[in-house]
Amino acid sequence: MQFGIFTVSDITTDPTTGRTPTEAERLQAVLTIAQKAEEVGLDVFALGEHHNPPFFSSSPTTTLAWIAAKTQKLLLSTSTTLITTNDPVKIAEDYAMLQHLAGGRVDLMMGRGNTGPVYPWFGQDIRNGLELAVENYALLRRLWTEDVVDWQGKHRTPLQGFTSTPRPLDGVPPFVWHGSIRSPQIAEQAAFYGDGFFHNHIFWPPEHTQRMVEFYRRRYEHYGHGAADQAIVGLGGQVFMRKNSQDAVDEFRPYFDNAPVYGHGPSLEDFSRETPLTVGSPQQVIERTLGFRDYVGDYQRQLFLIDHAGLPLKTVLEQLDILGEEVVPVLREEFAALKPAHVPDAPTHASRVAAAGGAKDSTVHAEGDSVTGRTVETATR
Amino acid sequence: MSTRTLAVVSAGLSVPSSTRLLADRLTTATTEALRERGLPVTVEVVELRQHARDLADNLLTGFPNEALRGAVDTVVGADGLIAVTPVFSASYSGLFKTFFDVLDKDALTGKPVLLGATAGTARHSLVLEHAMRPLFAYLRSTVAPTAVFAASEDWAGGDAGTPALTGRVQRAAGELADLVAARPPAAPADPFADPTTSFEDLLRGA
Repeated sequence: MQFGIFTVSDITTDPTTGRTPTEAERLQAVLTIAQKAEEVGLDVFALGEHHNPPFFSSSPTTTLAWIAAKTQKLLLSTSTTLITTNDPVKIAEDYAMLQHLAGGRVDLMMGRGNTGPVYPWFGQDIRNGLELAVENYALLRRLWTEDVVDWQGKHRTPLQGFTSTPRPLDGVPPFVWHGSIRSPQIAEQAAFYGDGFFHNHIFWPPEHTQRMVEFYRRRYEHYGHGAADQAIVGLGGQVFMRKNSQDAVDEFRPYFDNAPVYGHGPSLEDFSRETPLTVGSPQQVIERTLGFRDYVGDYQRQLFLIDHAGLPLKTVLEQLDILGEEVVPVLREEFAALKPAHVPDAPTHASRVAAAGGAKDSTVHAEGDSVTGRTVETATR
Repeated sequence: MSTRTLAVVSAGLSVPSSTRLLADRLTTATTEALRERGLPVTVEVVELRQHARDLADNLLTGFPNEALRGAVDTVVGADGLIAVTPVFSASYSGLFKTFFDVLDKDALTGKPVLLGATAGTARHSLVLEHAMRPLFAYLRSTVAPTAVFAASEDWAGGDAGTPALTGRVQRAAGELADLVAARPPAAPADPFADPTTSFEDLLRGA
């Protein structure tokens, strides 16, 4: 099982000091956090994509490429990549490029994005959200798996004789997760392709996550990718830890009470009861996290949100130390002991290359497609 | 005949409230009217006052907490709804509106609804037609033609020029009972049922 962290890249005032970090400070802090994630033995770092303040992460591949160069083992992912408003051609190019730079340590999580104005800013309409997710992703897959693509759809300029470069590393595209909080259609999309399904599992009651995951597993089996319990599931989660649980509650409360999403609403205690948020001792986090398996089954990836709502960098790094030293080693061992042998691990570049029968050079030379012999010139003639 | 459920939403704030009093009169009359049509009834009352904080939380978190979830499920799953609000500043109260704001926009589609409102004076009575009826038209509910307004004076028999409150309650209850009796018992759609459209069709349509 993979463990990691995901960040939304928010620039939020620290409610205990009244100080708001600059963009430059927060951006550097996230780079430090990512490197620390590898240092403490986590597997995954996932970065959000936003196109409006208070978020800085508009260009995830730039950031992830920098992190890739500074790390050796960390798997880099997104939370999420906007499949609706990004041009699928740019996603294909950017993430194939990142995949090469990172030596295959890349996967992606597709999301629709829920910030209304982002759609018109990028020339789209939020009412077409689902349709865009379906069409754009279908094109993205073709761009990664077919050397020369002729394509026509509803939401983008047609393509004739287009080759997305660089070709995916070793001829194997990055693994894709589909993230959705409440749309069964997205779980259906993940199941149709045999891709992973990720539930954010932060803001909503666990029963909701359970229903989405059950649906995804059932449909994964329906589409013939394997048994329901072999589908690839990832979960989010939100934790804050101190040695003594009361210290954790006292320290986190002002951040909770003023948090951008749910602040000034339910109490920390209510929200902890209603959602998977866990504020307490490392042992409490271990027990709660192991309990996730009771309602989603054996799953492959657990990401924690630990750096939002204005928490200072020093505190976040302490949280990473606790995760790496006290929490994740126990979770790794316990989850592994519980997992039946026929349940797969999360796909990695190495496992996907092996499944494809080994690495192959997929370079498309200017003289044409190695399969059809077509060139740009012949394809458009 | 299978039992029908009647949900009653009352947005009165005082305890006891005249809003709840009107809701109870409408409920009793509707229950009686349904029994006359051979339909046994189960009544579930949602007092919004008890969910004031839950509703504010729902606005911020995007989901109903456990306490509110029960109320939402009751209303969404009912065969008929009686919705009664006090008049605040020329409209339904904010609390009343908030409850209908947190429901899915399709949750009350086609549902038979009886509207009621209360105020200190009959001069507010058109709130039923100018504020409440458009709200439920937006929600695509089937609203009974008679909506019932009760001013303070109605509790003493009303003025001589209008039919007594009892008469209006009876007529409205009969209309709601007809609407409920005409529909099969409610079976809420399961969003996690196997899709009727295949993903291949979605892809082709895209």
